[in-house]
Amino acid sequence: MEKFTRLTGIAAPMPLVNIDTDMIIPKQFLKTIKRTGLGKNLFDEMRYTPDGAEIADFVLNRPQYRHAGILVAGDNFGCGSSREHAPWALLDFGIRCVISTSFADIFYNNCFKNGILPIVLPEDQRDLCMKDAEKGSNARLSVDLESQTITLSDGTEIGFEVDPFRKHCLMNGLDDIGLTMAKEAAITAYEKVAATARPWV
Amino acid sequence: MSGKTLYDKIWDAHLVHDDPEGSSLIYIDRHLIHEVTSPQAFEGLRMAGRSVRAPDKTIAVPDHNVPTTPDRAEGIENEESRIQVEVLDQNARDFGITNYYPMNDVRQGIVHIVGPEQGWTLPGMTVVCGDSHTATHGAFGALAHGIGTSEVEHVLATQTLIQQKSKNMKVEITGNLTPGVSAKDITLSVIGHTGTAGGNGHVIEYMGEAIRSLTMEGRMTVCNMAIEGGARAGLIAPDEKTFAYVKGRKHAPKGADWDAALAWWQTLKSDDDAHWDKVVTIRGEDIAPVVTWGTSPEDVLPITGVVPDPESFEGGKVEAARRSLAYMGLEPGTKLTDIRIDTVFFGSCTNGRIEDMRAAAAVVKGRKLAPWVRGMVVPGSGLVRKQAEEEGLAQVFIDAGFEWRLAGCSMCLGMNPDQLAPGERCASTSNRNFEGRQGRGGRTHLMSPVMAMAAGITGHLADVRELM
Repeated sequence: MEKFTRLTGIAAPMPLVNIDTDMIIPKQFLKTIKRTGLGKNLFDEMRYTPDGAEIADFVLNRPQYRHAGILVAGDNFGCGSSREHAPWALLDFGIRCVISTSFADIFYNNCFKNGILPIVLPEDQRDLCMKDAEKGSNARLSVDLESQTITLSDGTEIGFEVDPFRKHCLMNGLDDIGLTMAKEAAITAYEKVAATARPWV
Repeated sequence: MSGKTLYDKIWDAHLVHDDPEGSSLIYIDRHLIHEVTSPQAFEGLRMAGRSVRAPDKTIAVPDHNVPTTPDRAEGIENEESRIQVEVLDQNARDFGITNYYPMNDVRQGIVHIVGPEQGWTLPGMTVVCGDSHTATHGAFGALAHGIGTSEVEHVLATQTLIQQKSKNMKVEITGNLTPGVSAKDITLSVIGHTGTAGGNGHVIEYMGEAIRSLTMEGRMTVCNMAIEGGARAGLIAPDEKTFAYVKGRKHAPKGADWDAALAWWQTLKSDDDAHWDKVVTIRGEDIAPVVTWGTSPEDVLPITGVVPDPESFEGGKVEAARRSLAYMGLEPGTKLTDIRIDTVFFGSCTNGRIEDMRAAAAVVKGRKLAPWVRGMVVPGSGLVRKQAEEEGLAQVFIDAGFEWRLAGCSMCLGMNPDQLAPGERCASTSNRNFEGRQGRGGRTHLMSPVMAMAAGITGHLADVRELM
C-alpha cells in the first residue's frame, strides 16, 4: 500500500447525498479478478452515456476536475455494497482523499486498506471545503495527515480526527496482515481456550 | 456499571487482542466467500506465500454471477463470469477449502441462505463475508457483517479481523403486525424512520414482541437489511425458535456438544440494565405494507401514499429526491397504486427462502400475472427450490405465468444476464433500489414477497390487503 502523508490537489465537488458504491463502480465492472484498471469506469453510469460518450456536465468530465485528487461529497458517502472495487476505482482514477460529513462503515474501512484517507468533518466545515472545490482547479486543497489538518486555498486551516492505528498504518503504508501475523501467539492462545469453551465451533 | 448488550457479550467472547487505541483483534468463527469479492484476496495470499489459516471455518459458494436459467449446467456463456467462478473453484482446491458448494451442487445458493441452511451459522458466532448482506446471519444472534476484499484476505490469513467496537442501538418493534404486513415491511419501515445513515457506527439489536413473533426466515429478512440502515450488523437474541431451526442441521453441534452449546446460547441476551447509545421504538400495529418510491432504501412509504414532493424534504435530500424522481420517471402527487410495472423479481438473500415462497404462493394461487408483466421467481438455494417443488409451490408460480429459475443472486444486482432494460419498472423483493442496481436505467420498487405478487397480478403497485 502506498503511504499517505501529505496531499495537495484539486478537489472535485459532489454535493449529492447517499452516493452509493453501485454509483461509484457499477456491477458490470466487478467481474474482474484484478485490483487495478477500474479508474476509467469510476462513476461509469454518471460519467458516460450508454454508448460510451462522456457526459459533459459530470464533475469529473469538466476540464478543471479531470485530474482531481480529492473528492468533497454529500452525507453518507459509500453506502451500500461492500465492494472494495469502489476504493480501487477511486485510487486508480487518482483520488486519494474523500471529505464528507459521514461515510458508510465498510467503505470507510476499505479506504484505509488502500491508501485512501476518508475525512469526516462537521457540516459547516465540509461546506467550506465544498465551496473551495467549486472554485475549480485554481483552488487546491492540502491535506496533511501528520498534523491532521486541511488547508483551504485561502489559507484557512481545518483540523480533523483519525483513529491513531489507522493513521499509523496509512502514514507508513503498512500491510496490516503482517502486523496481525506478528500476534500469532495471541491467536493460537485464543484458539486453545476457545476449543475448550466452545468445542462445537 | 451497566450490564452488557448481546453485542458486547459476543464481542468479549471473541476478543483476541484488546487495543487501548481502539483497533482490537476479533476471532472469526465462520468466513463465507463467493466468487466476486475473493479472487484478489487469494491472489494476495499467493503473492505473499501465505496459506488459509482455518479452511475448516471457511465456506465457499458461487452465487453473484451464476446464471439462473435451467441450462446453466452446460456452462456460463459470459467469459468474465465464467472465469470468476472457475477461479473460485481453483482457489477452493488450492487452499484446501473443502466446504465448497459448486454451481451445480443442489446445496448451492446465495451464500446467506446456504450458511444457515447447512447449519454453519450458529448463535454467538462471529460470521463475516465479503458481502454487505452478511448482516442476515444476525438473525441467529451471531455477530455478522460484510467486509472488503482486503479484510477477506486478512481473515483468510489470520482468521481474525481488526475491528473498532461499534455503538449499541436498540430497535424495538412492539405489539403485533396486522394482516398483510410482514418482516420486509418491518425492516423497510425502520430504514424509512432512521434513514440510510441512521445506524452508521452502530450494531442494531432488534427486539420486541413483533420480532419475537417472526419465524427465523422473517428474522433473517429483518437483519438482512440492517446494512441498508447503515448499521454494521443487526442482531436478534436467540430463543427456542432459533434452537429448533438449528437443531439437526448438517453442521450444527450434536450430542454433548449440542447440550453445551445450548447452555451457552441460552445466556445470549442483553442484560436488562444494558446501555444503549440509541433507541428506536415502533408500534407493530403502525406498520403498513410499504414500497419504495425513490433510489434509496430510506425512500419508503405505505402503499396507500402518494409520490412525495422533493420540496417537502430538507437539506441535501431535496436535490437527491429530485434526482430520484427524474430517474424513476415519477411525478409528485401520483398515487403509488397508480404506478404501472413491467416486471416482478422475487428472490434474493432478503426474500428467497421457503417461507417467502409459501406466503407469495398463497397470494398467487389461482391467479395470473397481468398480461404485460414479466415475472421471475429465483429461489435462494437449490434446496429451497427443491422443497418448493415438493410442496407444489413451484407449480403455482408457473401456472400464474412466472419463470421458475435456478438459485443465485440474479436480478438483485444483475451481475448475471438477469437485468432490467432502461426504463423498465420492477416490483422487487430484493434490498437495493439504487440507480442502475438491477440494470442501467432500471427502476426498482422494493417490497415484500406478497406485495410483489399483488403488483404482478394487478400490473401496478398494489395493496395486498385488497387481494386477501
